[in-house]
Amino acid sequence: MKTGIFLCECGGNISNTIDLENVKEHLNDEDEKVIVKIHGNMCSGAGQKLLIDEAKKHGLDKIVVSACSPHFHEKTFRGAMKKAGLNPYNLEIANLREHCSWIHKDIPKVATEKAKEIVDAAKAKAELDYALEEKMMKLGNEVLVIGGGIAGIQTSLDLADSGKNVTLIEKQPTLGGKMAILTKTFPTEDCAACIISPKMAAVIDHPNITLHTNTEIQDIAGHRLHFEAKVIKHPRYIKDSINMDQCLICNKCREVCPVSQPNYWEQGIMNREAIYIPAPHAIPYKYLIDAETCLHFVDGSCNKCAEVCPQNVIDFGQKAEELNIAVDAVVVATGFDIFDAKRKPVFGYGKYENVVTSLEMERIVDHIVEKDPPRKVGKRVAFVQCVGSRDKQIGNEYCSRVCCMYSIKLASLLKQAKPEIDIYIFYTDIRAFGKGYEEYYKRSQEMGIKFIRGKPSHFTEVKETKQVILTVEDTLSRDIIETEFDLVVLANGLELSKSSDIVADSLKLAKSDDGFFKEAHPKYKPVDTLVEGVFLSGTAQGPKDIPDTVAQASAAAARVMATLAQKEFALDPVLAFVNSDICDGCEKCLDNCPPKAISMNNEGKAEINEALCLGCGSCITSCPLEAIDLNYYTNKQIYAEIEASLHLKKENEKRILVFADNNTTYRLIDACGVRKMKYTNYARVLRVPSVSRISPNLIEFAFAKGADAVFLGDSPAKGSHFEWANKTTQNNIKTVLNKFKKLKIDSDRLIFSQFTAADLMKFINEINQVAEKIDKLKSIPEDIKKQLFPKEK
Amino acid sequence: MAIKVKFKDKNDDFYKKIVELSGEQVALCDQCGTCSGGCPFIEEMDINPSEIMRKVMLGQKEVMDSRTMWICASCFTCTVRCPRELDVSKVSEALRQVKLRTAIDEISIADISKEEAKKLPTIAVVGNFRKFTG
Ligand SMILES: Cc1cc2nc3c(=O)[nH]c(=O)nc-3n(C[C@H](O)[C@H](O)[C@H](O)COP(=O)(O)OP(=O)(O)OC[C@H]3O[C@@H](n4cnc5c(N)ncnc54)[C@H](O)[C@@H]3O)c2cc1C
Ligand code: SF4
Ligand code: SF4
Ligand code: SF4
Ligand code: SF4
Repeated sequence: MKTGIFLCECGGNISNTIDLENVKEHLNDEDEKVIVKIHGNMCSGAGQKLLIDEAKKHGLDKIVVSACSPHFHEKTFRGAMKKAGLNPYNLEIANLREHCSWIHKDIPKVATEKAKEIVDAAKAKAELDYALEEKMMKLGNEVLVIGGGIAGIQTSLDLADSGKNVTLIEKQPTLGGKMAILTKTFPTEDCAACIISPKMAAVIDHPNITLHTNTEIQDIAGHRLHFEAKVIKHPRYIKDSINMDQCLICNKCREVCPVSQPNYWEQGIMNREAIYIPAPHAIPYKYLIDAETCLHFVDGSCNKCAEVCPQNVIDFGQKAEELNIAVDAVVVATGFDIFDAKRKPVFGYGKYENVVTSLEMERIVDHIVEKDPPRKVGKRVAFVQCVGSRDKQIGNEYCSRVCCMYSIKLASLLKQAKPEIDIYIFYTDIRAFGKGYEEYYKRSQEMGIKFIRGKPSHFTEVKETKQVILTVEDTLSRDIIETEFDLVVLANGLELSKSSDIVADSLKLAKSDDGFFKEAHPKYKPVDTLVEGVFLSGTAQGPKDIPDTVAQASAAAARVMATLAQKEFALDPVLAFVNSDICDGCEKCLDNCPPKAISMNNEGKAEINEALCLGCGSCITSCPLEAIDLNYYTNKQIYAEIEASLHLKKENEKRILVFADNNTTYRLIDACGVRKMKYTNYARVLRVPSVSRISPNLIEFAFAKGADAVFLGDSPAKGSHFEWANKTTQNNIKTVLNKFKKLKIDSDRLIFSQFTAADLMKFINEINQVAEKIDKLKSIPEDIKKQLFPKEK
Repeated sequence: MAIKVKFKDKNDDFYKKIVELSGEQVALCDQCGTCSGGCPFIEEMDINPSEIMRKVMLGQKEVMDSRTMWICASCFTCTVRCPRELDVSKVSEALRQVKLRTAIDEISIADISKEEAKKLPTIAVVGNFRKFTG
């Protein structure tokens, strides 16, 4: 085996601080099986050519490039490896620029000594590298869309039109989501049911869409373009058949049903029977029985509908069906819930009968022109804006974007139907941001709707009349207004729907501060998530009106198409594997892999599913036999790296071994280097996918080999690629600290800290504090070190 | 009659002083008016609490001439309702401090008659001195 080491000067960025000739001498001294070359700019064409030529000339099989951070040029050098006929995973990068020369500019001698150890560690790891193949995974055509609101409908139709096979899951018995409840829509005032019905019908008719309504997600496993969903389809208790014996919608059952319950699609202002069709425009247009209120299920006292049904299709024995759906991509379109105004009792919602939600008002307005409307509104109506939005007290600081416009809409529709009604809108700011919205606002002012800039402070009910008195400052005139209203309509804000949580939990999707699903990048990847193959559609990502929802829904469909159009994709080979010779089938690892990549094969040994493994390495410590390992970061390699990082340590010197997760902490330490921020020269930084991979054995080994402190840095669980990893890390630390206690080693020597990408100062402060602390501590005695790691490796 | 207001260079100093004394980021006030709508003493005030916030935000020192901060009873109704979680009563308190630190008393002890002083509960007298005297 021959290793080529290329020391890059980086146009002086490295060589002005570090004496590369000295490093070169050290390397040649150590080993004759290495070729060492110094070059001005390794990333340049000439630098890469040097690598390729030398590799061919000397028959090199392992390469170390000592240069800048792997996050800058690992890809470049892997490309050069391929050109040299070498496997790209036989490459190691020694990060001399960000982790050494830039931060230790004023101590060149120390920096040069540190550089030797950094390159030695890379070399030690490179020697244990082995060829890894990027497996190509086939991509299919199957897409799961969760949520059948307008967002899910639009995404499904676009995908189906492009030839994808879509499975659309909707929790409710009809498609449509909130839009199926709305009366007319701003700013055009076209009727919501009329514009959504054709789309819902198109879903049913489309040969490429399989629709499951009344169906809920139970669990979804997978990531990276391979998912398996478990769903439960609730029974409708009506036999479904394409033959002549199907339900005729004769309505005889409904007429005899004694039950009367608030109808959700009328927001409770009208009732329905226990056997019902949700709404006149429901799709599928089918009966179902609500088992929670049907007397047959409640106490067995009724059987009336079954008795009258001429087709005999009512089947109380129908059971829930469990379906397993395997797909290549998932679109989350689980939508919003309106803010529950009971959470802020000052509004009186639920207490005063004449305070209603905006969705209730949609239904009230829809029926208002009827001769005998189910809910009357009186003579004076107030709309109260920003209910549950822009309110730090209840934790929703964002603007819900649509409530200004829908209040203006509801007020306008009411005014047109009943011009004699006095309508006031109490607002803080009017946000009429969309196309034609400001004009719509202006028209409502022309109609005589009064806008008062002020947020009502008191809501009191007049006992006798049930009117509601609002006390509010008109902040423009500074008058304090105190007036009674016959009806107060709350402009409830939008929150992520609660039923989204099961999806969030099973797919490990991150949420942003506003509580909605987090997109992969707020500007460039607005419909992607951090989980490859999962996309966002509609209000699940944030409050939106219908035009924006539909635009985003189509964008999600387009992103799915672009992703699946690759037909196949390369699997990163940095994955866990099981040494089946060592594994004794104890199954302890199974519960320690949240992506569920580990299973037992027919030989009774653990096996890693490569399509599911994310390469976090959290499973490693769960195996008592060290049978699980991680490609490119094997136990052997990390032992070797640790040893090499400490092997030049002199009597009076100190070392802090830093294990940094690749995604956050490592990049953060790079960023400190880029900004030339100085910190203790004790630090030796080693890169790992997640520090949960660092088992207690490795930590103990580091101390045994001379580390004065071990510092583990990872990203916080929230927003991490490996949300579960920190728990494992904490357990690992506990194990080591227990040993520390017995051996009387100071627990300050082992640090675990969590960082976001911006925590530069936090890192610097913490690492310097550790340095200060260990300066004060006496070194760990040799015999204690031996007890800490008795095994001879 | 409207008055013309000029933004002066020194406006920020007054604003910063009030922020420092009250600990509240007054500029975060949304001018929603919730505080004024809820204030039980609003009818006694010459300008509304939200207007105090507005003027402080812009550094208009003239706000010191208003009676509102002396009427404010620190009942905290505004504070518990502010959707931006600003402590409005602390801002009133800060304004009072600015005035009192110039050693100008808002009430004169000598003006209270013996009979009046007897009727008042001790705690009220102490509370009043704390609030109104420098
Ligand atoms: C009172 C009011 C009036 C409005 N008026 C207008 C207007 O006039 N014009 C306008 O442009 N916009 C209006 N909007 C906004 C409009 O309602 C939304 O833009 C639109 O409904 C968003 O659609 P969606 O599909 O994203 O979400 P939703 O309509 O909430 O649909 C989400 C769907 O997902 C389903 N679901 C959730 N979780 C699961 C699960 N775990 N498994 C399966 N299914 C699940 C839900 O049952 C639901 O059917 C109004 C909003 C409100 C509150
Ligand atoms: S059995 Fe249930 S659904 Fe049928 S009529 Fe009776 S209560 Fe209604
Ligand atoms: S859209 Fe209007 S009512 Fe809704 S939160 Fe924003 S400002 Fe308030
Ligand atoms: S924990 Fe280790 S030994 Fe046990 S089944 Fe898993 S891999 Fe095999
Ligand atoms: S309640 Fe708060 S945000 Fe609203 S005007 Fe008063 S201080 Fe400003």
